[in-house]
Amino acid sequence: MSNLEDLYREIILDHYRSPRNRGELPTPPAHRVEGFNPLCGDDVVIYLNVRDGVLEDIKCTGRGCSISQSSCSLMSTAVKGKPLDQVQRTIDTFKELMTGHESSLSQDGERDDERDLRTLGELAALQGVVKFPVRIKCATLAWITLRQGLEELA
Amino acid sequence: MTSFSARRVRADVPQLTRVVNGRTITYLDTASSSLQPRAVIEAMSRYYELRHANVHRGVYQTANEATEAYEGSRASVAGFIHAPGGAQEVVFTKNTTESFNLIAKSWGAANLGPGDVVLLSEMEHHANIVPWFQLRETTGIEVRFIPVSDDYRLDLNHLDELLQGVRLLSITGMSNVLGTKNPLKELASAAHDVGALIAVDGAQSVAHGITNVTELDLDFLTFSAHKMLGPTGIGVLWAREAILDAMPPFLGGGGMIADVRTDGYTPARGVTRFEAGTPPIAEAVGLNAAVRYLEGLGMSDVVAHERDLTDDALTRLELTFDGRVRVIGPLDTVERGGVISLDVEGVHPHDVAQVLDQFGVCVRPGHHCAKPLMRRFGLAATARASFGPYSLKRDTDVLLEALEHTLKMFG
Repeated sequence: MSNLEDLYREIILDHYRSPRNRGELPTPPAHRVEGFNPLCGDDVVIYLNVRDGVLEDIKCTGRGCSISQSSCSLMSTAVKGKPLDQVQRTIDTFKELMTGHESSLSQDGERDDERDLRTLGELAALQGVVKFPVRIKCATLAWITLRQGLEELA
Repeated sequence: MTSFSARRVRADVPQLTRVVNGRTITYLDTASSSLQPRAVIEAMSRYYELRHANVHRGVYQTANEATEAYEGSRASVAGFIHAPGGAQEVVFTKNTTESFNLIAKSWGAANLGPGDVVLLSEMEHHANIVPWFQLRETTGIEVRFIPVSDDYRLDLNHLDELLQGVRLLSITGMSNVLGTKNPLKELASAAHDVGALIAVDGAQSVAHGITNVTELDLDFLTFSAHKMLGPTGIGVLWAREAILDAMPPFLGGGGMIADVRTDGYTPARGVTRFEAGTPPIAEAVGLNAAVRYLEGLGMSDVVAHERDLTDDALTRLELTFDGRVRVIGPLDTVERGGVISLDVEGVHPHDVAQVLDQFGVCVRPGHHCAKPLMRRFGLAATARASFGPYSLKRDTDVLLEALEHTLKMFG
């Protein structure tokens, strides 16, 4: 079961059972964006309050598996209150994590993204997903939706 | 003479000896795709080793053998479903989905117009929904749905009203989500009473029941080989000869013509009119072997075996989990097949399926291409376990063990 415990780490189950920043924000002023995984029917809805280049508030609703919903919860805690350029970097770094950073980390030499990966904090708990290729889409759903929301606001 | 033995069937299926994640595979995804017995695999490889050639073309011996094998499969299929007009009513397609597209785009486009109604049900697979919506875009037909009641069966209380203006009733023989088997004979009679035709999605029902299109008085039947122990890549459209004869061709190309000139073409007569291009020959050979294998088992014994498994699983799911694992489908085995959709308390179906995989258990999570049905019951997805002739009660043992672990993990 070691693989399974790698996937369902305690932090993930905790965020699934008690999702952070769960709920809605009034629109306007908040921007609402919805993401679907057409293969499994999972969805996330994200509400974004952006002011003066800062993501002041974020709330999420939606329905899906523990990976998609905990990823959304973890994401919200990671980006809430952060300047947009930093949010963008976190999105990029998470994407890196999901495309199998383990091999690139094992290579020698300092890399910018290596430093960034360490900044992921709790988000790193999701790295076990990489061993389950079918589930990567679950983990990235919230992030793709966030990116889309920010693009719509830009 | 019959002596059905699921253990013997199991021994015939090589994939059931596989070890997955340290456990012997527990295959409970037959509703999605069945596993093949050696008889099917060997028939296809013998064909490729010794008899392959294109069909309906060459005059040399192996070309004749290939044509005979392909056409022989058509005859076997016709016999299996009791087609009144025999092989000339059996069109080979890619799968059930293509069969429905053929009905909609050929028969539908030629015969239906604004105001005509195609009646479906809320428990249809997308394959029997989307082609009709596509036809609606081009012809202005109306698409209507028979509702599903809270007991997971068709609500036929208002059937007479629903049938008004209907030209085609297109409905599943057995729900791929609920396991519910529909009263086809009664529905055919009701459709015919208003001058409508009836098409049946047999993707599930043909492999898990006895389908006699003559006795049921059907007009169209669709199904796929890979859900009845056969290979992927080949499906069937059966239609009454008189209906087929009046239908325009579907795809255009080689094999479906009588003549081609620089000013136009004349389509072939008969079923080849619907089979453009080189058909799935090896797959037809595999389908023939699957039909013979199923006939050898005896479909009534297959049905009885799967009913026994379903009854046992429904009882034990209730006893073991006391409502924490809810069955989305009828709780008895009356007019019901071995498809058991599960809603596990507090655990998303994808997570259920993921944990089950660690026990070597193959179930299908998701909406099962039946989103209107999922919406009807307020579900995004279910985890679905389904039986085949090779399934045993020990498959249910492992399922229950894995479900207990799942609940513990997420509890």
